[in-house]
Amino acid sequence: MYKILTKKSLNQNVTMMEIEAPLIAKKAKAGQFIILRVDDEGERIPLTIAGYDREAGSVKIIFQIVGATTKLLDQKHEGEYINDFVGPLGTATKLDGLKKVCIVGGGVGCAIALPIAQALKEMGCDVTSVIGFRSKELLILEDEFKAASNRLVVVTDDGSYGTKGNVCLPLNEMFANGEKFDEVITIGPLIMMKFVVEAVKPTGIPCTVSMNPVMIDGTGMCGGCRLTLNRNGERITKFACVDGPDFNGYEVDFDEAMSRSTMYRDFERHAYEKACNLFSKQAN
Amino acid sequence: MANMNPNKNPMPSQEPLVRARNFDEVALGYTEEMAIDEAMRCLSCKNMPCVSGCPVNIRIPEFIAKVREGDFEGAYNIINKTSSLPAVCGRVCPQETQCESKCVRGMKGEPVGIGRLERFVADWHNMHSNEVPEVAEHNGHSVAVVGSGPAGLTCAGDLAKKGYKVTVFEALHTAGGVLVYGIPEFRLPKSIVKTEVENLKAMGVDIETNVVIGKTLTVDELFEQGYEAVFIGSGAGLPNFMGIPGESYKGVYSANEFLTRSNLMKAYKDNPVTPIMKGGKVAVVGGGNVAMDAARTALRLGAEKVYIVYRRSMEELPARREEVEHAMEEGIEFKLLNNPVEILGYENPEDKRDPKNGFVTGMKCVQMELGEPDERGRRRPVEIKGSEFVLDVDTVIIAIGTSPNPLIKSTTSGLEVNKRGCIIVEEDTCATTREGVYAGGDAVMGAATVISAMGAGKIAAKAIDEYITDKK
Repeated sequence: MYKILTKKSLNQNVTMMEIEAPLIAKKAKAGQFIILRVDDEGERIPLTIAGYDREAGSVKIIFQIVGATTKLLDQKHEGEYINDFVGPLGTATKLDGLKKVCIVGGGVGCAIALPIAQALKEMGCDVTSVIGFRSKELLILEDEFKAASNRLVVVTDDGSYGTKGNVCLPLNEMFANGEKFDEVITIGPLIMMKFVVEAVKPTGIPCTVSMNPVMIDGTGMCGGCRLTLNRNGERITKFACVDGPDFNGYEVDFDEAMSRSTMYRDFERHAYEKACNLFSKQAN
Repeated sequence: MANMNPNKNPMPSQEPLVRARNFDEVALGYTEEMAIDEAMRCLSCKNMPCVSGCPVNIRIPEFIAKVREGDFEGAYNIINKTSSLPAVCGRVCPQETQCESKCVRGMKGEPVGIGRLERFVADWHNMHSNEVPEVAEHNGHSVAVVGSGPAGLTCAGDLAKKGYKVTVFEALHTAGGVLVYGIPEFRLPKSIVKTEVENLKAMGVDIETNVVIGKTLTVDELFEQGYEAVFIGSGAGLPNFMGIPGESYKGVYSANEFLTRSNLMKAYKDNPVTPIMKGGKVAVVGGGNVAMDAARTALRLGAEKVYIVYRRSMEELPARREEVEHAMEEGIEFKLLNNPVEILGYENPEDKRDPKNGFVTGMKCVQMELGEPDERGRRRPVEIKGSEFVLDVDTVIIAIGTSPNPLIKSTTSGLEVNKRGCIIVEEDTCATTREGVYAGGDAVMGAATVISAMGAGKIAAKAIDEYITDKK
């Protein structure tokens, strides 16, 4: 059992928790993930590590309430326990030798982008962060990004905060001004990462993406998280859980990944509605 | 006087068409009368050929003699001396190629039903005995075991009996390894595995779930924590795919994923929290026991049609006969001498948002014939030109084998593996190329059997005991 040390709501749909997990806190690096089960009969879900405190022995997770399991997790309070919490899984984001980097985060993906920005800043790297949200209400972690970046650009789809438009807009402007980076690292919805890769491509700057597909064990056992890379005319199958979650964005077959991510869409929608009904009944 | 009936007492089983739609255990087990009658068929051969066929050398004629006398607890005590998981082995061991293949009665008729008797004895014990397992006096030494499958559990049990403090580290949230994620409920009820694990805990073994060795902790850190030896029984978890087009369509599973969703994550229950594709037409590619388990699971989940697609003939099919017969009785169709060449999926170029896009619509196969024998003497399947056809299915489960997981290898210096990724060990001690580290089961052999993994766990426990004793 793993104790919830703190819980904080970041916006109406996104919650942050610090979980007591000293072994994981000791090892965790930016870009790695954990798998949790809320209760004994629960589903296993992967969540990328949003931070850690090695001394306190805690691991930070930030999640969006999108399905039955995240709904259930959000019902838990500070001081309560979750059943299972395993990690750190996957490989850490490779940051060695980077001097000037652009981080592009979208929605709750910003929670994962933040520790990477922080790690880079700590290394003395010049960090530009571009973070995008649907609207002002959904904005998270702005202050934290400010502290971890030399320059921060916030965009919202509806223009209710920062620049109106998607994350590619400021990116294209920077590239048009001839700005160069050692690398662009992007984390967010698949469709956003696909467009970021397309925007970066003409510049030839390396572009890393963070994939978060459906998975069960997180150790390479099920193969459910497989994705395809196009490399030198060959199609190569990789497992996001052990070979990733970071991949070279130019190689990832995003259309396939997007298709695979909808495999259980009907099931998930149904389960989410059921969970919502259950909790609203309990509340009454 | 021995019972000279040439046939085994048949195993009472659920009717095929009933069991094909439920997850209850297929075989129901002998009654006391059947067990005693079957035990009478044993000739108590002095040279005990059956024992040499058992990877853990259970004293077979001795336990059968106790069954004959009606002393079932006495029989259990004899089995328990050498086997830590009798209720499991009595169910999933391939006795026909092991102990029973050496039985003298098998020369004229059927061998003694040793596996059925073992199962009976273990079940009888679990039902009637409240005896708490003995806790051996702690000898001051501790050993870490990586993986709680059959190899790890056996090694842990044997070391605990000798007084070692044993900690078993398991990556998943439940102990049991392949016994809980792989082998389905209808062949091995999970309650049986749970009982065996509880027994080990009662013997003083600690089981730490949610610890991935190679990630959460490394083998080096285990030594730093004071463990004097490490046994690696991490299994062969990495699923192989065929490398044909279409394997990423929705509805294509590795057998590992399909079985883990159903068994470990309980997707077979009503209103599951973990989803699985059920119903429809299913093709399982492969001919091993895992393929049979996947096919029979798909059927029980409600598939209207299930095919086994295998590229050789029935003669080469590696699954146990009993499992093949069960599968056939339940209505699974065997498409033998067929090789998949492409998985087909729905693509609507007019509408990218069509919800059917990306789901499997069929599997293109080519017919095969058997050609010249290969180096292992198995006749090599050869394509028949122009014989392609499309099998109408919406789910494809790939059960063509697994490889050892590289997580431990890649984080443990001095641990050598062969080109298939299997950990290299000395056969008679299970010692790896790194001092104090032992390994066994599928991590060493690739995909093999539960009992051979247990045999390795036993050998390693003995060698670890000698290693630590000599070091003193």
